[in-house]
Amino acid sequence: MHEKTLAQLSAALRKRSVSSLELTRHFLDRIARFDAALNSFITVTAERALAQAAAADRRIAAGDATALTGIPLAHKDIFCTAQVKTSCGSRMLDNFISPYDATVVERLAAAGAVMLGKTNMDEFAMGSSNETSYYGVVHNPWNHECVPGGSSGGSAAAVAARLCSAATGTDTGGSVRQPAALSGITGLKPTYGRVSRYGMIAFASSLDQAGTLTRTAEDAALLLEAMAGLDARDSTSLDAAVPEYSQHVGTRWENVTIGVPDNFFDKGLDDGIATAIHAALGEYEKLGATLQRIRLDNVHLSVPAYYVVAPAEASSNLSRFDGVRFGYRADDALRGDLDSFYKRNRGAGFGAEVKRRILTGTYVLSAGYFDAYYLQAQKVRRLISDDFARAFADVDVIAGPTTPTPAFRIGQKTGDPIAMYLNDIYTIGANLAGLPALSIPCGFVDGLPVGLQLTGSHLSEPQLLKIAHHFQRATDWHSRMPPAYA
Amino acid sequence: MDWETVVGLEIHAQLATASKIFSGASTRYGAPPNTQACLVDLGYPGVLPVLNARAVELAIKFGLAAHGEVALVSVFARKNYFYPDLPKGYQISQYDSPIVRGGYIDVVLDEHTIKRVRLTRAHLEEDTGKSLHEDFHGMSGIDLNRAGTPLLEIVSEPDMRSAAEAGAYMRAIHTLVRYLDISDGNMQEGSFRCDANVSVRRRGEDKLGTRTELKNLNSFRFVEKAIEVEARRQIEILEGGGRIAQETRLYDPDRDETRPMRGKEEANDYRYFPDPDLLPVVIDAAKIAALEAALPELPADKRRRFMQDYALSAYDADVLTSSRGLGDYYDELVESTKGTPKLAANWVMGELIGALNREHLEIGAAKISPAALGSLLDRIEDGTISGKIAKDIFEAMWTGEGEVDEIIEARGLEQISDTASLEALVVQVLAAHPEQVQQFRAGRAQVLGFLVGQVMKASQGKANPQEVNKILRAALQA
Repeated sequence: MHEKTLAQLSAALRKRSVSSLELTRHFLDRIARFDAALNSFITVTAERALAQAAAADRRIAAGDATALTGIPLAHKDIFCTAQVKTSCGSRMLDNFISPYDATVVERLAAAGAVMLGKTNMDEFAMGSSNETSYYGVVHNPWNHECVPGGSSGGSAAAVAARLCSAATGTDTGGSVRQPAALSGITGLKPTYGRVSRYGMIAFASSLDQAGTLTRTAEDAALLLEAMAGLDARDSTSLDAAVPEYSQHVGTRWENVTIGVPDNFFDKGLDDGIATAIHAALGEYEKLGATLQRIRLDNVHLSVPAYYVVAPAEASSNLSRFDGVRFGYRADDALRGDLDSFYKRNRGAGFGAEVKRRILTGTYVLSAGYFDAYYLQAQKVRRLISDDFARAFADVDVIAGPTTPTPAFRIGQKTGDPIAMYLNDIYTIGANLAGLPALSIPCGFVDGLPVGLQLTGSHLSEPQLLKIAHHFQRATDWHSRMPPAYA
Repeated sequence: MDWETVVGLEIHAQLATASKIFSGASTRYGAPPNTQACLVDLGYPGVLPVLNARAVELAIKFGLAAHGEVALVSVFARKNYFYPDLPKGYQISQYDSPIVRGGYIDVVLDEHTIKRVRLTRAHLEEDTGKSLHEDFHGMSGIDLNRAGTPLLEIVSEPDMRSAAEAGAYMRAIHTLVRYLDISDGNMQEGSFRCDANVSVRRRGEDKLGTRTELKNLNSFRFVEKAIEVEARRQIEILEGGGRIAQETRLYDPDRDETRPMRGKEEANDYRYFPDPDLLPVVIDAAKIAALEAALPELPADKRRRFMQDYALSAYDADVLTSSRGLGDYYDELVESTKGTPKLAANWVMGELIGALNREHLEIGAAKISPAALGSLLDRIEDGTISGKIAKDIFEAMWTGEGEVDEIIEARGLEQISDTASLEALVVQVLAAHPEQVQQFRAGRAQVLGFLVGQVMKASQGKANPQEVNKILRAALQA
């Protein structure tokens, strides 16, 4: 059962060739069997999942099902879930039980999806390898000595290992697409504001966007349909009608021009990845697409701009974690004055990478540095957006590698934050410009998956998903399973 | 040495919205601690602020009334600092892009002097919670009911030159926000409070002296007293050859002195940056026009009209425009009576305000309507009753005894003006006081007053005093 895509399972459920209870038990069994080695879940909510599955089966029987009714999913532990621990991968929230559901959680539950549990992640979504989690590293299902990518590493590994049919994630600088690429699955980051951020613990508010980790683009379309749309509780959510993405993915292939940025293939790109990406582009040509060379001249500025803007917002967003109202409070917190109260709670509640970014962010916002860093980064952001806008005047979609290298070894980059940050060089641009982008599997290097990134213009998800879907109809990279989890 | 005090005020007016500026929680005052703080006010993980459109409208009204420029685009920023009563670790405020820029208020200093105080800006922000340091055995209590309450911070230029001017300005802003119905202005409940920036300089000097900021002054009296004592402190330092430290100070009303706040709170770098959770506030011109059209008559305009149309003195006009309700009452009264505007003004300022003050009532709770008071004045005007009797009738009306004419009828208070009845009374009084009659005839004219009084007394106050006067003179000179 687990080898089927979400779309296939949806059809099977509605044909009643399988029940949600059976499906849910099957995935719970797989989690019990495999996750000790993977560490992709922080919390498994078996009881709740079985209750939701039973309710889904009744709903299907009553003829009141949506495409997602009865589908077992996992949520990244950054989404608040009522009555269930929402840790954000941090000791700071190890004891935090959210009193409410995030909009994404609420909408998927309303559609009838079953929540299997909450997945592991880099602490407060800060990381590209899932090594900063308080709950330990997550292993790549293709090679346990490698990272699955991050920050949505738990979601990516769980979907890749078929421990759930799909999972939610969040993408601030590549946190959905990069782990999708490294784990060999499909990861979609929608247009900024397409999905409500309400109940999604904020990292960098102007960049954060909820996304999907699925086997296929078609599955992503089904999930996005249920997740997207205006939410009065998020002022930055977009007031734009939600298209029927899943109806659109299979529609006829029309003339598509794919822009290929020359400078995405400069030094720093792994040779094996370059080969796989060129092969994928060749596949698109065979499908009738036109390739066009373009330049995104300011892409080299995206990492430095990102590492000013994101930490700046994070330093402020994470101020609420002070041990006063919720979250970690040190045993000796009350010994000493107010300052020492904060220092003890935050000193022990946050991990090293989170502290590094809070310090960086605090620094770039300080009097005397604000103009040189924060304002300058905002200008760069504008330049990068303009580059994309110029490109989309000529091309429908931009294609290139999702990451410069395949999955790296656990511990390989933890001592070198800059090397780690450069892993997001191709993904950050879409966040800075607020554009939709996805990563689909397109090959392997030494047994490790390679991701092809497609970036579209504002709200072009229907077209983006369709272009990805047609590739997946023509290839089978997305169907490959990590041997240990077949 | 002659010194001049220079003052600028930052006034925080709580906007009269039912819910908070970024959440749906109630702003009602006086609820048990932490019962009016929702997840947004508590700064829970994942929650987001959503701007209360009503708060924006109220701020626009202020901007229009204060002759400021309402920004078509303004931006919320985060002011970052740690304190237990600031749940998110930042306060959402407006920094370099406020909703109102510039403007001015004309402040009536006395009957003959109006001072124009320029405004720098007015911006929207959320209030913080409250820290309670007593009653918790060495710990502090936090009440977050106030957290997220909408405030309009009104910042003036350093245009005031004395504590009294600052007090007058603060009263003028208080009157204005209440006229506009954008704040209840309740100072006991903290809905209206201010910080004062105070410096002194030698008279004639252009350059401003080093200023100190006096925080959290919550009454007109404290503002004036705090500024006075702070200016005196600064002058003493400067005259002693010292320098003023730029710092934040608190006024202690019990000791009537100012003291520096702890240095640590001084050193804050608030790291302002635009709040990415909120879109820029975009206001369209049509909305501004609609709000402008719906503005009530403003205090300064009303004052001018009362002086021009009703020929009132500046003093009378000031008193009658001190609140919108009082001015409206007076307008209605003038409209409904045949009495002169001056007579109406005297009655409002005398009997009516007296009765209201006696019972601690607002004008809206007056127990006599303008129309009812108007008919009372009509009876004075047409000579049915004397002014003195009218005061008794006013009291009777106030206590709900009925309409003017009913009371006159029931109590038999109608003024006696017919000559025959009055002559009979005069004859009676003259016969009873031969000594005074003789004194008058010997040239002591002031005795007349006594005799008039006796006739009034004999008539139980109902005699028409002018008539009595006339008849008495005639009788005495006969």
